[in-house]
Amino acid sequence: MDENQQLTHLLETVLELSGLDFTNYAYSSVHRRVSHRIHSEKLASIEELREKIRTHPEVLERLLRALTVHVTSMFRDPGFFRVLREEVVPVWQTYPFARIWVAGCSSGEEVYSLAILLHEANLYRRARIYATDISEDMLARAKAAVYPLSSMQDFTRAYHDAGGLGDFSDYYTADRESVIIRPFLRENIVFAAHNLVGDTSFNEFHGILCRNVMIYFNRTLQARVHRLLYESLTDFGYLGLGRSETIRYTEQETHYEEISGRERIYKKLI
Amino acid sequence: MIVIGASVGGVRALSTILSSLNKNWTEPIAVVVHRAKDSEDILTTVLQTRSVLPVIDVVDKEPIQPGKVYVAPADYHLLVDQGCFCLSVENPVNFARPSIDVLFESAAFAVGAQTTAIVLTGSSADGAAGAAAIAARGGRVIVQSPETAESPILPQAVIARVPSARVIPLAALASFLSEPSTPPT
Repeated sequence: MDENQQLTHLLETVLELSGLDFTNYAYSSVHRRVSHRIHSEKLASIEELREKIRTHPEVLERLLRALTVHVTSMFRDPGFFRVLREEVVPVWQTYPFARIWVAGCSSGEEVYSLAILLHEANLYRRARIYATDISEDMLARAKAAVYPLSSMQDFTRAYHDAGGLGDFSDYYTADRESVIIRPFLRENIVFAAHNLVGDTSFNEFHGILCRNVMIYFNRTLQARVHRLLYESLTDFGYLGLGRSETIRYTEQETHYEEISGRERIYKKLI
Repeated sequence: MIVIGASVGGVRALSTILSSLNKNWTEPIAVVVHRAKDSEDILTTVLQTRSVLPVIDVVDKEPIQPGKVYVAPADYHLLVDQGCFCLSVENPVNFARPSIDVLFESAAFAVGAQTTAIVLTGSSADGAAGAAAIAARGGRVIVQSPETAESPILPQAVIARVPSARVIPLAALASFLSEPSTPPT
């Protein structure tokens, strides 16, 4: 059995034990994450890890965490948020109410970036952000809204590059090592567990941010998720992807108008 | 499949190599150069001026095609997958994103013995572990000789980790690759 088959075997066992389906994740990055787990658990092979997760729930738990976590930061790609602010928010402002879905929110940095942006556009009090992730751990962290003080310098710079209008430090309270996002920014956010792999659409949104989430999926799964996102948008709803993601090659390609090719912002056509 | 890694001074060394390849070149080439996260697309533009082959800033799931040069975008890791490239925003490896080790290790897994790694000038050891992984799977490792490198740290680290690595001066490296005998993958 070659390593690819061993990975398939491992992911099938994970599915059987946890109900979580990673079999359509991109194997290049799965292999990387699994190799780290094998090393950290002091095991020798994918097969050994597979046997271990059957009998050791804590080893399974750590593997699941490694497979589900993704790294994010506030105002990642400031240009994206600038286009959002200048081209998309003015449209949302014409609606009585705006619903926006951050799909795969991980530890929540992007959720609060969006909340700040909506707040500065005077739109936040009539908006609701739905923040979902597959991982309950990550959702708990996103909800807690606590971030290391050491990352604030980078976040502040990104906030200003993104066209931030105020003083970034107005949006958090700091102690010696960490900051917590101010309560008024946490008010209109609904956090919920949602798995892009198996779960269906749960609402209609005026905008969906799903940035650097699908890069961990293979093309089959990406096609499915693109369908789900398309179905979850209102007519003329906006889709935002990561800077190096594209809707090229997807079935929905011609059903979107490109708002910014560079920043990967698209508008659903009817 | 050829995978190339470089950091400081890498653009010049890379330009030397790419400018020596003619339009009959078939093997896909994937490149990681350490770069600032906001370095935009300048790297691809600069390399394109030196190469007759198409130089592409990779987007996620970009199909791997013969005769093209694929460059890791700023602030993403570049990985070789089955027939396409994948990107990742996982934490920096050896303080680098894109990281040479990540590209090399993914190529070792996806392409194995069909991989040729070329390690150019570099000011950290990022790339040494990946080169070792490629050698362990039967792939070739070629190192720019430290004397011809602007920063010898990476070449030296690879030579120490991979005894089978071929050490070649930059000028000879270019002609070594463009010999007509280079087999397509």
